[in-house]
Amino acid sequence: MEAIETEITAPVPEAPVGDQPVAPLGRAIVITSGKGGVGKTTTTANVGAALAALGKRVVLVDADVGLRNLDIVLGLEARVKYHVLDVIENKAELDDALVRDKNVDSLYLLAAAQTREKEDVSTEAMIGLIEQLRARFEFVLIDCPAGIETGFRNAIAGAGHAIVVCTPEVSAVRDADRVVGLLPHDWKPELVVNRLRPALVRKGKMLSVEDVDAILRLPLLGVIPDEPGIIIATNKGRPIALDEHSPVGAAYRQIASRLAGNDVPPPTVKVAEPGFFSKFGSLFGGR
Amino acid sequence: MLDFFKSLFKPQGSGATAKERLRLVLLSDHLSLAPETIDALKADLFDVFSRYFEYDASQAEVTFDHREREVAMLASVPILRVRERTLPPVALAPEPPAPVAVAPVAVAPVAVAPEPPAIAEPEPELEPVEAEAVEAGPAPVAALEPEKLPIAPAAPRPRKRRRKRNAAASNGKAGVQPGLSAGHSAQA
Repeated sequence: MEAIETEITAPVPEAPVGDQPVAPLGRAIVITSGKGGVGKTTTTANVGAALAALGKRVVLVDADVGLRNLDIVLGLEARVKYHVLDVIENKAELDDALVRDKNVDSLYLLAAAQTREKEDVSTEAMIGLIEQLRARFEFVLIDCPAGIETGFRNAIAGAGHAIVVCTPEVSAVRDADRVVGLLPHDWKPELVVNRLRPALVRKGKMLSVEDVDAILRLPLLGVIPDEPGIIIATNKGRPIALDEHSPVGAAYRQIASRLAGNDVPPPTVKVAEPGFFSKFGSLFGGR
Repeated sequence: MLDFFKSLFKPQGSGATAKERLRLVLLSDHLSLAPETIDALKADLFDVFSRYFEYDASQAEVTFDHREREVAMLASVPILRVRERTLPPVALAPEPPAPVAVAPVAVAPVAVAPEPPAIAEPEPELEPVEAEAVEAGPAPVAALEPEKLPIAPAAPRPRKRRRKRNAAASNGKAGVQPGLSAGHSAQA
């Protein structure tokens, strides 16, 4: 309890960007994709960490009931005592269930229940929970499960905005397209193209960001290059967004900065010269 | 094997393939149409064109343009010249809401050419007039039209029938049919 309270005294943003008219409430953003394995959880963790590193108060909600993963990516698995359902069913206080991140102070995790099913969560309860969190955090990032069933519906229920994660693959784009059609019509979801390999795009062997963008027609929030570093970071349980030297981290930080309302140049991807595959850094942000 | 090596040097890689597959799959997702249905639609379209115009089948194409959240159908059909005697078929079409059951029967005889008048008997008057006035060619096509309409709603069936019809029709006449059949094969 105390820990949270002290956090709340941190500077409150003048206007929590965008769709929420009521100033004190934070922004609830669902990270979704339809297809599994495209990087929703990784994106949630990294964008959240980068936002928190910018000084924002951020909570990450793992809505993937039954397949909890966000705690692993953040390296917080040993600290999780209670989960979303404990809070919803009044078995635990929200404050006890919120796990403080070990790397960034203003980042919290609300883990999913690992041994329960998605149907155990009611949509109303989820909406109530997110509302509660919005009152206390500037950003509530909801990690949506794959699929378009109950878990998906619950995950988007309390949110007011969506980030659609998509890899440059036919199946992923198709699923992303489907998911966009299932989101509330007045939302303006933003697109993150994940695991782009510019060298392959250059050879015409991978869908380009433009290809994906032309089909989904969503505002492009970010482009994340594919890089071994992300695997190593996940192994260690430390978001790569906190790695100053990683181009992937830089791409996530750029997304966070844009979400925080900063005027960040649009993510442009120039195709790498052969042999310079590792020099991703120069490919982003027009700098 | 050779294709493999060729593909190594082609500027358009599998990315282009992916793009095209994606385009098509999303198209049918959005239209909720099966690929067969789209093929059948194209076949029907060209069929109708061929009744009014002679067109360059090798250049004719039907594309679907994916816009914001909708798909527009664009048909590009270079017309070579206007076909004469387009009126009778039009007049015919609405007339017989022909019994569907009769349709299959009609297909076979048409191929045999001389027969049509006899078959047309159940549908009185109009048919014989047609057969007289028109050269051997267009008549069979006209005779077939009515059947197409009642059947059209069922997606897969028209395709099978169309093939029969092509075969039948190309037996019937020289001028029109090359265009038609070429058109069909181009879509397939």
